[in-house]
Amino acid sequence: MRNKEEKVKGALHYYLQSTSGVVGAVLVLLMVIVAFCSIFGITPYDPVEQHVENILQGPSTHFWFGTDEFGRDVFSRTLEGMRRSLTVSISAVTFAATLGVSFGILAGYVGKWFDQLVTRISDVFFAFPAILLALAIVASLGNDWHDTALAIGVVYTPIFIRVARGPVLTVKEMDYIKISRVLGFSSIRILRKHIFPNVFAPIVVQVALSLSWAILTESGLSFLGLGTQPPTPSLGLMVSEAQPLAAFAWWTLVFPSLFITIVVVGLNLVGDGLRDALDPARRSS
Amino acid sequence: MNNEPLLSVFDLGIATVQDPRTLVNSVSFHINSGEAVGVVGESGSGKTLSALTILGLLPRGVEVISGEIIFGGKNLLNLNSEELRQIRGNEIAMIYQDPMTALNPVMKLGKQLLEVIASHDGINTNSENQVRDLLSEVGIPDVNRAMESYAHEFSGGMRQRIMIAMALLLSPKLLIADEPTTALDVTIQQQILALVSDARKKRNMSMLWITHDLGVVANLVNRLNVMYAGRIVESGSVEEIFRKPKHPYTAGLLSSLPTSTGTNRERLTSISGVPEKPWLVGNSCGFAARCSRAQSRCHNEIPQLVSKEENSVACFFPLGSK
Repeated sequence: MRNKEEKVKGALHYYLQSTSGVVGAVLVLLMVIVAFCSIFGITPYDPVEQHVENILQGPSTHFWFGTDEFGRDVFSRTLEGMRRSLTVSISAVTFAATLGVSFGILAGYVGKWFDQLVTRISDVFFAFPAILLALAIVASLGNDWHDTALAIGVVYTPIFIRVARGPVLTVKEMDYIKISRVLGFSSIRILRKHIFPNVFAPIVVQVALSLSWAILTESGLSFLGLGTQPPTPSLGLMVSEAQPLAAFAWWTLVFPSLFITIVVVGLNLVGDGLRDALDPARRSS
Repeated sequence: MNNEPLLSVFDLGIATVQDPRTLVNSVSFHINSGEAVGVVGESGSGKTLSALTILGLLPRGVEVISGEIIFGGKNLLNLNSEELRQIRGNEIAMIYQDPMTALNPVMKLGKQLLEVIASHDGINTNSENQVRDLLSEVGIPDVNRAMESYAHEFSGGMRQRIMIAMALLLSPKLLIADEPTTALDVTIQQQILALVSDARKKRNMSMLWITHDLGVVANLVNRLNVMYAGRIVESGSVEEIFRKPKHPYTAGLLSSLPTSTGTNRERLTSISGVPEKPWLVGNSCGFAARCSRAQSRCHNEIPQLVSKEENSVACFFPLGSK
């Protein structure tokens, strides 16, 4: 499809003009590569292998990020942890975005009792602090990575409902939607081809931002002992385990924290870049 | 030529759902096949609501309280939403007032026009040519480029032409035009009027033209319905109404038009007062408060539309009578 290609090219062109977008993309790409290294097993050591003769070594040519209290390689563990964090947060956001956007758009378009119902339910979810709700869900589901992903997904679904519903309320009152109805377009066609593309931009931005929050939430859950279970590394878990060691083995704390920071900042910058690239009003200025 | 009108509206009444306020009251008119009919009235006189009712697209909070709308032998008020959807666009199409926001900003024009075909007949190999032909018929230059362009690349006049093309795409039997020229400047207005008029004659299409501007419809329609405060107050052929209006309101409207024969120093006459809200009229002639001919009967009884010669008028003391 030539049309689609052109559209993508156009958006990419505007995206590349935004400094924060480019910086963010580089940071995120770096972290994705890091995660891929772990998927393909290109880590210097097995992340759970214990080198008992090398406990709590500082960074060196052998162990780039040093070793922890069991003699495990912090670098390998950080790569593995990044992979876990990304897997969980991408799954969680995919779940939240699919469910939230579908319900949000439908609620905004259909209105009446359905809108009331969906909005009230998402209000109830909003009323809980995110981490508390995720904790409760994880506690009742279990500790597998997909349970964590589901918990975070459920927590973020209401955000997507709101982000999708708001613009739909505006767009559905636009003349071009009224005319679609006047010319006998079916509701499904109006929703899919005329409303969704017009509310797409804020959703994409929300996806980028939610990914970064999801990573923080996953880290938080692991930190609290309810996400990934030891000895499997996760960034949050590593920070949690490093806490008592921080005073004399700073590397166990600093490197995983640094990676969390990089990916979260990167995703936020990507969100900014996308917002600039997808907003026609900003483009023209 | 059969004698059955293409569209007949009988005794249509529309009111708000909550705190019932009548907005349109016992409106009846018909459109024969191939005929152009105008509905003239001030803002709030119920003309747009009547048109939306035909399409089954009344805004939320407003409902039909009486009457029937017969189109092609079926009462449109009894159809379910899917049956109505089949008729919309396919048999009855509509063009809107403001062309600036009437096109989807993120969809290319060609695709947007194809959407109309896709939602009814389904797209086939010929659909794209059909769109091209119609775009050039409505006067879009460089059709191939236009098909690949977005709405913001067109001027208001061009957009209205595109809207007309969209409405005509499936050769509807009836075109409803809701003040499609108000947002355009006068020269473009004339071009659009000529365009619609030609397209209509070429297709022998019926048309319902809604406007507040008597000057616009004079050369465009065969018959005219004048609405005031939710009722039709005068109905008849355009010539007859322009030559000798019977309702004082119609006469007032006509005398407020600038004429080409008058000296340019002449002041235009205006109708004093403001239009009455339809639900506040109650048991009287809606125009009575502003009418110089009003007598006590006008304040206590609703005049019905009665036929006198060719034109019917809803007035107890019509102009031209003794």
